[in-house]
Amino acid sequence: MINAVYRLVAPGMIDVACTEPNLKTSVILRPEYLSICKADQRYYLGNRSREALKEKLPMALIHECVARVVFDPTGHFKKGELVVPVPNTPTEDDDIIAENYRRSSHFCSSGYDGFLRDYIDISYDRLVRVPEGLDLRIASFTELISVAVHAVSRFEKFSHGRKNSIGVWGDGNVGFITALILRALYPDSKLYIFGTVYEKLGYFSFADGTFHVDHIPENLTIDHGFECVGGEASRFAIAQIIDIINPEGSIGLMGVSESFIGVNTRMVLEKGLRLFGSSRSGVADFERTMQILEDNPQIAEYLENLIGNVVEIHSIPDIHSAFSQDISRNFGKTVLKWMK
Amino acid sequence: MVFAAVFAGGVGSRMGNSDTPKQYLELGSRPIIIHTIEKFFINEKIDEIIVLCPKPWVAHTRSLIAKFIPEGKKISVVQGGDSRNGTLENAIKFIEENYETDENTVIVTHDAVRPFLTHRMIEENVEAALEYGACDTVVPATDTIVESENGSIISCIPDRSKMYQGQTPQSFRLKELERVLASLTEEEKAILTDACKIFSIKNKDVFLVKGEVFNIKITYPYDLKVAQTLLKGKDDND
Repeated sequence: MINAVYRLVAPGMIDVACTEPNLKTSVILRPEYLSICKADQRYYLGNRSREALKEKLPMALIHECVARVVFDPTGHFKKGELVVPVPNTPTEDDDIIAENYRRSSHFCSSGYDGFLRDYIDISYDRLVRVPEGLDLRIASFTELISVAVHAVSRFEKFSHGRKNSIGVWGDGNVGFITALILRALYPDSKLYIFGTVYEKLGYFSFADGTFHVDHIPENLTIDHGFECVGGEASRFAIAQIIDIINPEGSIGLMGVSESFIGVNTRMVLEKGLRLFGSSRSGVADFERTMQILEDNPQIAEYLENLIGNVVEIHSIPDIHSAFSQDISRNFGKTVLKWMK
Repeated sequence: MVFAAVFAGGVGSRMGNSDTPKQYLELGSRPIIIHTIEKFFINEKIDEIIVLCPKPWVAHTRSLIAKFIPEGKKISVVQGGDSRNGTLENAIKFIEENYETDENTVIVTHDAVRPFLTHRMIEENVEAALEYGACDTVVPATDTIVESENGSIISCIPDRSKMYQGQTPQSFRLKELERVLASLTEEEKAILTDACKIFSIKNKDVFLVKGEVFNIKITYPYDLKVAQTLLKGKDDND
């Protein structure tokens, strides 16, 4: 079968290419809703190094998606079932290193085609079922939620048992979702949010406190912290976390930056802090995400606030329109309803 | 029920020196006709598929289907007619002889040599056929269309903004199609080779479904080269 794939060939330029999915081995999905991630936007705008663009383009963007099973030759899924495809594809087994950290793994929309395609062809073991009743617009960004779940899972592994207070730096989508997951899993901990935009901080109504980074009370301390800021500003966020955190606390680093970010290692040493990186996610994280969403229906209610523009996609110009609408969003997700 | 009728009646006279009908030429890893059938095979709106091909190629087509296409949907291979209308009539005859049909039965007709059709085109064809009775898949004309009565002098140049290039699928409510075909005289049948044109001449509305520029018809060696280029992506990408 010939499949149409909509690839970014150069910043701002999308063209159709064709691939040949194998109907005898791959599960065939039809995208229902997709969601634009900041990483997609960086490729679309050309805000990556020339080397990265040269190496990775052309490729189809978007790695956040909910889709319907069209055909499954392996018999694992029924026709019409709703699933979320996992964009990470491991190419080797490893008992120690998680699939999303193996250098040999492939990731859709980072050097390999993302989900902007008429049909997604994928191995059955890269699919996770969508719980009944979950809003498909929310399900479209399951991948982003799973990234937060993955970071919190690592936090569980690395952090000490005293979790009286946890701080989240960043008032954007990643901060919002990470805070929601922490709220659900640590209902007895004090959850504090640190950001720069009062309006966005106002959305974190489930937290115990929200603070502008320039007006943090002097006596406030936290046991652990998450940096969900990214970019150049992550430098200031990390510095602030190190200042405020109690000794032996853990700091989860989740924000991506194109440049090197300096860290106050003196205080890291003096306080005996643990800094851990967290990036992407794997099948286990997707499965845990679905379980958390099922067990905590209030999370989906808050996540509804993240649904920004929903753009119907009938043509390539519609894809451009979705990306340009997304540029002007400072909070929330741009969701694509796939009708192409 | 919705039937897909894949027209594979061509005998390859236009495809360079190859004796193989163009729909059986390889494109990527499999024959063109298989790519086309696969698109209907995985589409949920299509209940059954009928492939119409020249008599000497019926057995070969069956073998190809058995080799490449997994179990899951009934695919019948039937002999086509001498002309496009003849092939269409054979498709209708096969459906009427083998199935219960009613006013909601739809036939989606498609050229085997257009393997680039998309999910959306099939969906919109079925919906439009049910709603309007007939539809044609088209793209806006990019070249100026020039009409000449005698082949040497321009007789008219129609307004390009109103011109479209016809592709396939073309889809119909089966019963409506049968009635329209039955109303044709033998002379009309000989000159009216396009089912949508027949509808149009009989003052029946034919809805336009948006095609795709890349939904090319592989007719000439040049087209096959274009198709092969469309299939070439980044080598390590798939």
